[in-house]
Amino acid sequence: MKKTLFLAAAIGFAGLPVNADERVAVIRDDIVKKECGACHMAFQPQFLPASSWRTIMEGLTDHFGEDASLDEETARHITGYLAGNAGRSRGAKTAIRITELGWFVHEHNDEVSPRARKKAGTMANCTACHRGAEKGYYDDD
Amino acid sequence: MKLSFAPLAAALFLTAIAPASAGPDQDSVLTYFQQRADSAASPERGKSLFEARHGGGKPQTPSCTSCHGGTPSETGKTRAGKEIAPMALSRTPQRFSDLKKVEKWFRRNCNSVLGRECTAQEKSDFLAFMMSQ
Ligand code: HEC
Ligand code: HEC
Ligand code: HEC
Repeated sequence: MKKTLFLAAAIGFAGLPVNADERVAVIRDDIVKKECGACHMAFQPQFLPASSWRTIMEGLTDHFGEDASLDEETARHITGYLAGNAGRSRGAKTAIRITELGWFVHEHNDEVSPRARKKAGTMANCTACHRGAEKGYYDDD
Repeated sequence: MKLSFAPLAAALFLTAIAPASAGPDQDSVLTYFQQRADSAASPERGKSLFEARHGGGKPQTPSCTSCHGGTPSETGKTRAGKEIAPMALSRTPQRFSDLKKVEKWFRRNCNSVLGRECTAQEKSDFLAFMMSQ
């Protein structure tokens, strides 16, 4: 994780805030867990800055090629949680994919075997490779 | 106590199509759509809706089976790689018991697959099919 933090800082993208015990803080909101964890694991808000979460939440009717729309009240609640626990913003442009951030690409390019990648189907399927991802552990493998 | 004919007919009808696993929650969800549909729910039409390749939706998801598996008893998978429990009620007994959840996913998935909302008829056909499986 220290390496990641260093890289993130060096490259200048949103960094990865971690706990003292070196894991990403888990999501503590049941609505976020349920609604944003239905089609993929609910990604921890620290992975993207607030502006990214707002952009994502405004575009739910066409969410990466799918309708993931929510009623207004639920959406407002989720936006509040994600933006309130978001990572710091470093880059100029608003990324909507964690998997396209500089540190992510750097961290995964050489480390991931083609076989593991194929099995996961998509790099957004964090839990396929990081079994502890939902609990915030990413350096356990 | 007076029994009007309509609920009785609906109850008989529900027992006829969803005998094995449907409980009171599923019955009331199906009844909700049935009351808004033009004709009786048809599991056969529900099966075609589930299996067909539709146009008009998003290119990534031409069919309900794109995510829900080829048959109702199969485990499906989202595009992001997460497993979806089988849709057949006999396989996943908690299914179709919460009207708000059912409405939310019909809205999303019909939009993604058909490019429009499903009609009450289509919804009750689909549910009748899954509840008979
Ligand atoms: C195909 C497998 C695979 C997928 C999918 C994947 N990762 Fe990784 N990830 C790895 C490997 C391999 C490493 C490098 C070895 C390590 O440090 O665990 C890594 C490293 C990391 C690290 C740095 C860990 C550290 O302490 O150095 C983070 C953070 C991370 N991944 C987050 C994610 C997130 C978030 C997702 C989903 C959006 C994801 N990964 C998806 C395989 C994967
Ligand atoms: C209806 C299904 C569905 C729901 C519900 C859903 N998503 Fe997604 N999400 C997807 C799909 C599909 C992708 C694209 C996966 C891919 O490209 O591999 C995706 C991708 C993402 C990504 C980018 C992952 C990457 O590549 O780094 C983020 C961030 C994201 N979703 C956030 C959310 C949030 C926040 C919510 C809750 C409001 C949510 N999602 C709810 C289906 C969904
Ligand atoms: C893009 C992937 C995807 C497609 C395509 C899709 N679904 Fe779904 N569907 C899901 C997910 C994910 C869930 C929620 C997870 C769960 O309930 O296990 C769900 C849940 C549902 C539910 C709620 C089930 C319940 O337990 O109450 C219904 C109803 C439904 N889908 C109908 C359809 C219909 C009808 C189609 C085709 C027109 C369809 N789906 C196509 C992904 C999809």
